[in-house]
Amino acid sequence: MLNRIIALTIKEILSLLKDKKSRFTIVIPPLVQLLVFGYAATYDLNDVPFAVYDEDRSAASRDLIARFSGSPNFTLTERIDHQGEIADLVDRKAVLLVVHIGPDFSRNLLTGGGAQLQAILDGRNSNTAMIALNYVRDIVTRFNEDWLAKTGGRTPPARLNIRAWYNANLESRWYIVPGIAGLLTLVVTMLVTALSVAREREQGTFDQLLVTPLRPVEILVGKALPGLIIGLAEATIIILIAVFWFEVPLRGSLAALYIGLFLFLMSAIGVGLMISSLSVTQQQGLLGAFLFLVPAVILSGFTTPIANMPLVVQKLTLLNPMRYFMVVLRGVFLEKAPWSLMVSQYWPMALIGLATLTAAAWLFRHRID
Amino acid sequence: MKQQSAPGGFRRLRGLVRKEFYQIVRDPSAIAIAFLMPVGLLILFGYGVSLDAKHVPIAIVVETPDAAAADLTRSFEMTDYFDPVRMPNMPAAADALTRHRVDAILHLQGNFASRLHEKEGAPIGVVINGVDANTARLISGYIEGIWLKWLGDRARSEGFELSMPVDLRHRIWFNAEVRSRNFLVPGLIAVIMTLIGALLTAMVMAREWERGTMEALLVTPVTMREIILGKLIPYFILGMGGMALSVAMALWVFDVPLRGSIWMLTATSALFLLAALGMGLLISIAAKNQFVAGQTAIVVTFLPAFLLSGFLFDIGSMPEAVQFITHIVAARYFVAILQTVFLAGDIPSVILPNAAALVLMAAIFLGLSRKKARKRLE
Repeated sequence: MLNRIIALTIKEILSLLKDKKSRFTIVIPPLVQLLVFGYAATYDLNDVPFAVYDEDRSAASRDLIARFSGSPNFTLTERIDHQGEIADLVDRKAVLLVVHIGPDFSRNLLTGGGAQLQAILDGRNSNTAMIALNYVRDIVTRFNEDWLAKTGGRTPPARLNIRAWYNANLESRWYIVPGIAGLLTLVVTMLVTALSVAREREQGTFDQLLVTPLRPVEILVGKALPGLIIGLAEATIIILIAVFWFEVPLRGSLAALYIGLFLFLMSAIGVGLMISSLSVTQQQGLLGAFLFLVPAVILSGFTTPIANMPLVVQKLTLLNPMRYFMVVLRGVFLEKAPWSLMVSQYWPMALIGLATLTAAAWLFRHRID
Repeated sequence: MKQQSAPGGFRRLRGLVRKEFYQIVRDPSAIAIAFLMPVGLLILFGYGVSLDAKHVPIAIVVETPDAAAADLTRSFEMTDYFDPVRMPNMPAAADALTRHRVDAILHLQGNFASRLHEKEGAPIGVVINGVDANTARLISGYIEGIWLKWLGDRARSEGFELSMPVDLRHRIWFNAEVRSRNFLVPGLIAVIMTLIGALLTAMVMAREWERGTMEALLVTPVTMREIILGKLIPYFILGMGGMALSVAMALWVFDVPLRGSIWMLTATSALFLLAALGMGLLISIAAKNQFVAGQTAIVVTFLPAFLLSGFLFDIGSMPEAVQFITHIVAARYFVAILQTVFLAGDIPSVILPNAAALVLMAAIFLGLSRKKARKRLE
């Protein structure tokens, strides 16, 4: 039995890797994509182009503007003299932010406050606009503190003392890169499994496989092992790049990470093989792969938190193995999360894996055309 | 000879298109791709994807309950941004934070009320789980807002107006109420149409080669251009149908405003679809077999369109080299066009350069498809 499984596994790996184009697609793009996406996917803004409309032209307004142009987040690209120029600059995306200082700015500032600063933001991507607004708010808050300290004004009776755990500088790359590691692992697994049975069905070789002494369980193991081997290998390279290239801290234990990775791979392979054995043609297999992949990524908490979703959709995410793996990845990388949190993510993945692998094995023989 | 081939060519093309339509109807997965996918994905994501955090679970630790502390914690209980949970002490709250039961902790030390009168001011301790940096920033923004309002109310109750030296007023243009759905839905349409475009065509040429029907076609008088057009036209019609459905859903299900014109939307969508279908065709022709074509389609469509199109992540903030790479992602141009046409209007200075880029990409993909396909004839 073992011999048969080994033989089948070798055949599966060969059929994936003997084709030069297929070998290339499985190995190179995911690694290149990790590098590109790792740099691309960040909510932190830098070089936000902004325009200044300074009607006051005082020492105070210049000081405030200098704080904007000196910030690493903003780049001063335009100075304007008329209200009418604002709309054009924003409309054609020349600037994301216009800082407008009215003519009585310094007078109000010197006579006890309430000097108005107007910030106009391009809300076409309202998330980017809100992030930029937060930077503006930080600059104004610091200006206010300095001004109060300098002029001896009344300071507020209570001050906020905000600290962030696990990611003190709130670098969104630390959050995104482990997520991308999960994403690419899923993509690789889908590449290996989602079309494998469908191709054999379309070409008729699967029927030949079914009349051999191989039992469905053995076929299942033979089809699943290449995904597991390739997935583990690529995930390891991806994790190494995350740690050594992107310098994301790895605070938890490797054991916790690899238990999670193993269970995640089993569940993803299960889903992939299930899709594959449901399909008669590769076109259907590809469609199935996308129909799983896209929701699995978007509803995993990778870029937008699950807690923000409506309750029905939150319940739906419980079926998504990716959701649990995201918690494991971030828990191990950043939080050094307790085992209890890890175990609560492990068992649903194990359950999904068991259910989908069983279904796939059953479908090998029972799919009705 | 050439004059004769024109009407004959048209008749042949019509035959090819009809054949392709029959194939589409026979394997309904193409119809599912064009119509069910946009509906399903838009419903799922339009409702599911949101960056607006509400009801954030927060632990509140008050070491000595007094009037001032009660007043401040009440401000947290009254907003729907937070769902506060009382915790007896910091270790318990820290434990809840590690176990993901709460996302933040508000900590008022024992002498809070008396320290309000000190020169330094009383410290309000806040700890946020910073793993999700974007949400952490949102949460700290909410807390600052509550803190400022509390300070203002407190000052007013003591009989004076608290005023900061500089008072920041902001206006968010095009999306004043900051509904994240307004920018996510147009962006999602671009991502979904990328998938549909590639999925529709990625397999079709490879399938003909793999099944040997391409060789049968080659011995007939049809030219390679007619074969490509015969593939393009039916899927273009299907894709435009899917696009129309997506736009209808954006307008009437998700209430996204359409400030530009419908004809501009139609024209730019047609350009984008040509580029997306062209990419699928090129994959199909270059890959030789469906297996590799399918793999390539998975790798080059979804994640690049999702992460490199500027739909979520600001392209201007990416490193130069990565910004350069985004130029070969067609979705990038379509996202810029869609967000502008939906939220801002027909602004030629944004739309024209992006539309020109789409024309160029469509021309390159279709031209390369044509060239690669001809080589195979030899």
